[in-house]
Amino acid sequence: MEAFDAFIVIFASGIRLAVPLIFACLAGLWSERSGIVDVGLEGKLLTGAFAAAAAATFTGSAWLGLCSGVTVTVLMSLIHGYASIDQRANQIVSGVAVNMVADGATALIGNAWWGQGGRTPQLPDSALFNSIQLPGAYTLHDTPIIGPIYERLISGHDLITYLAFLLAPATYWVLYKTRFGLRLRAVGENPAAVDTAGISVRGLRYGGVLICGVLVGFGGTYLSIAQAAYFQPHMSAGKGFIALAALVFAKWRPLPALATCLLFGFLDALSIRLQGTILPVIGSVPVQAIQALPYILTVILLAGFIGKAIPPKASGIPYVKER
Amino acid sequence: MKVDAVPRPPAIELIGIDKRFGRVHANNNVNLKVERGLIHGIVGENGAGKSTLMSILYGFYEADSGEIRVNGEPVRIRSSREAISHGIGMVHQHFMLVQPLTVLENVMLGAEGGPLLAAGASEIRAKLAHLGREYGLEVDPDAVVGELSVGLQQRVEILKALVRGAEILVLDEPTAVLTPAEADQLFEMLKVLKSQDKTVIFITHKLREIMRLTDRVSVMRLGEMVADFETAKTSPPELADAMVGRKVILRVEKGQAHPGEIALEARDLVVKDDRGVTRVDGMSFVLRRGEIVGIAGVAGNGQSELLEALAGIRPLAGGEILVEGRVPPPELRTPKGMRKLGVFHVPEDRHRMGLVMPFQACESAMLGFHDDDVYGAGILFDRRAIAADTAEKMEHFDVRPRAPLLKTANFSGGNQQKIVLAREIERNPHVMLVGQPTRGVDIGAIEFIHKRIVALRDAGKAVLLVSVELDEIMALSDRILVVCGGRITGERLPETCNQQDLGLLMAGVSEREHAA
Repeated sequence: MEAFDAFIVIFASGIRLAVPLIFACLAGLWSERSGIVDVGLEGKLLTGAFAAAAAATFTGSAWLGLCSGVTVTVLMSLIHGYASIDQRANQIVSGVAVNMVADGATALIGNAWWGQGGRTPQLPDSALFNSIQLPGAYTLHDTPIIGPIYERLISGHDLITYLAFLLAPATYWVLYKTRFGLRLRAVGENPAAVDTAGISVRGLRYGGVLICGVLVGFGGTYLSIAQAAYFQPHMSAGKGFIALAALVFAKWRPLPALATCLLFGFLDALSIRLQGTILPVIGSVPVQAIQALPYILTVILLAGFIGKAIPPKASGIPYVKER
Repeated sequence: MKVDAVPRPPAIELIGIDKRFGRVHANNNVNLKVERGLIHGIVGENGAGKSTLMSILYGFYEADSGEIRVNGEPVRIRSSREAISHGIGMVHQHFMLVQPLTVLENVMLGAEGGPLLAAGASEIRAKLAHLGREYGLEVDPDAVVGELSVGLQQRVEILKALVRGAEILVLDEPTAVLTPAEADQLFEMLKVLKSQDKTVIFITHKLREIMRLTDRVSVMRLGEMVADFETAKTSPPELADAMVGRKVILRVEKGQAHPGEIALEARDLVVKDDRGVTRVDGMSFVLRRGEIVGIAGVAGNGQSELLEALAGIRPLAGGEILVEGRVPPPELRTPKGMRKLGVFHVPEDRHRMGLVMPFQACESAMLGFHDDDVYGAGILFDRRAIAADTAEKMEHFDVRPRAPLLKTANFSGGNQQKIVLAREIERNPHVMLVGQPTRGVDIGAIEFIHKRIVALRDAGKAVLLVSVELDEIMALSDRILVVCGGRITGERLPETCNQQDLGLLMAGVSEREHAA
């Protein structure tokens, strides 16, 4: 029973750690499916987290925090979009620039405002997205197996977490069942085909970039005012990059993206849990080995061992009407 | 009881279409009238302006001036969407298909019939089934486009246009990527479309297809519409003449050739282009020291691929090349290796392959020879030696201005070409492969370049000359090989042939038909 409890704890923690990954990964999916590579997810997560925490600190409202987080990341996405779509800049360079600006600006502004080395003050519960008890969680408390699973794994998360899980099927639906989705998939593969069909390549790509900005804003908000109760510099800790790895691992498909992010989240939870424990045979587990697993898995995938991961053909390439 | 005798307005009328791209006059006051219900061919060499004209018709570009009329009504077409709404459908040379999507999704793209796909999908499915039956255009709507053959992909392109209600179908070089059998199927399909009163505009540079398929044909040359024929009343030579054009006969002072031993021999060469289409299809010939052999042909009949294969740029798909009677070992089948064997190359397109435009002239003048000790031993270049070497070459070839440090792009076309020629000729080649030596070059430079090529021959070198300028071929060559469709269709001596004669061979009329 103890082992079961431990598993529940690890899984629940894995879900929480997966949430920012899911948002960032699906954000990247929307952008890259439209043909715009976004390596700036990391920076946008960080900026979103900062903007959300800052707004929550000033207003005391989690919802205004969310609005602020999303607004800022959308603006950053639009800057990346303008550089990539209208100015035909190198998308990697633009994305790296976003990351560098985010890293420096959040710490600088944070320190200027609160003087705590870039940290925001601890936020009260009223300014956070708190966990919600789903109906029936208490009555099922004593039921074996199902009780703990429902109470601690399914119930007890905050609103943003539930949204993250709804987002993957929603993305799937829009991408494969709607006109906008068809056009977006097409523009990431062959923008000339979209252009000759009389559809605006530019409009579609801005659409993809905009959705990317909204989603990654949710992910950033989650980091600072749902998972934690403050912002601190570098708190995104490479999650944006792991999300990119997950996107490759999922081969740019929404439902596998959800699964991959959960897997990576669990690995993360596992590595935290195993810190300092001595396992039989293996002995002390090197935590770094587990933390590196998402990257190692992605490299194995890219090397072609788990099928082929083919990115959208036109992603990263500015569209220029040929002469 | 009264028969409707009102003449129908032409499906398409282009009046005074003009379009420039920078210094290139792609379309110069072009007029075109396409009657309804006919198959109308447009022929011309590569770069004659056919594709530009059709892109204007399809709203991809806007003309600088001129008028477009569809069914007699003046219209403005500023986007593909507007072209589609006027009933114009286009099958592009490079298919506008999204490879990982299904046939159905590709056809729906831009004509989804509502924000949700499900509703429109069933309608399009029904339309596809109907068109499939009516025109013999069956394709599995759920097949992934990338997994279809090229012929079927083209069919999807045609279906895309028809589903959108196209009455006028424009096909840009549709047979370039097809096998002969697929091309036959396409022709049948187009004839069915015609029988249903659809109008077809068929762009090609293959005269055979024009003769076989079209009702009328218009000829473009250098951005202008130069002739218009009823197909039944014209002939391939007449079309070839109109395509290639007659210009002032060039005179080149040259004495008798004294061909020596064989310098280069090609045996049954087969060469494919980047898309895997066979471009050179079994060519055999010899090239002797002290002679200039000219390759004549309408552009796009395998000359470019032949040159690239001989120069070691493009691999052979079959046959062999002998240099001085020996097959070079595989490690020498590279541009550098072939140069080591004395086979040098002046590429057809100096902008794409011959020079690096942002480089200084002296840097461009050492491309391919940068390992040479003249330019400095070890890992560092001797900039002064490079500039001095280039200055000397510029002197020999009268490159103006004589400025080795000037950016390559700042020289005129003729002087750029002289830099390329100087680079290759000054190295004392045994075999010189020359592609389009005077393309975009002014008259004075043409004369100079021709003299140098003849001088090379007189020095006992073997020269293979590829040019689409028939006059140039006739003026320079000691022997002429005519190519069509990747094959050699005939060999002539310049003294004993005329342009009509060559025109027939260029149009692919074989020796036997020719005699009949």
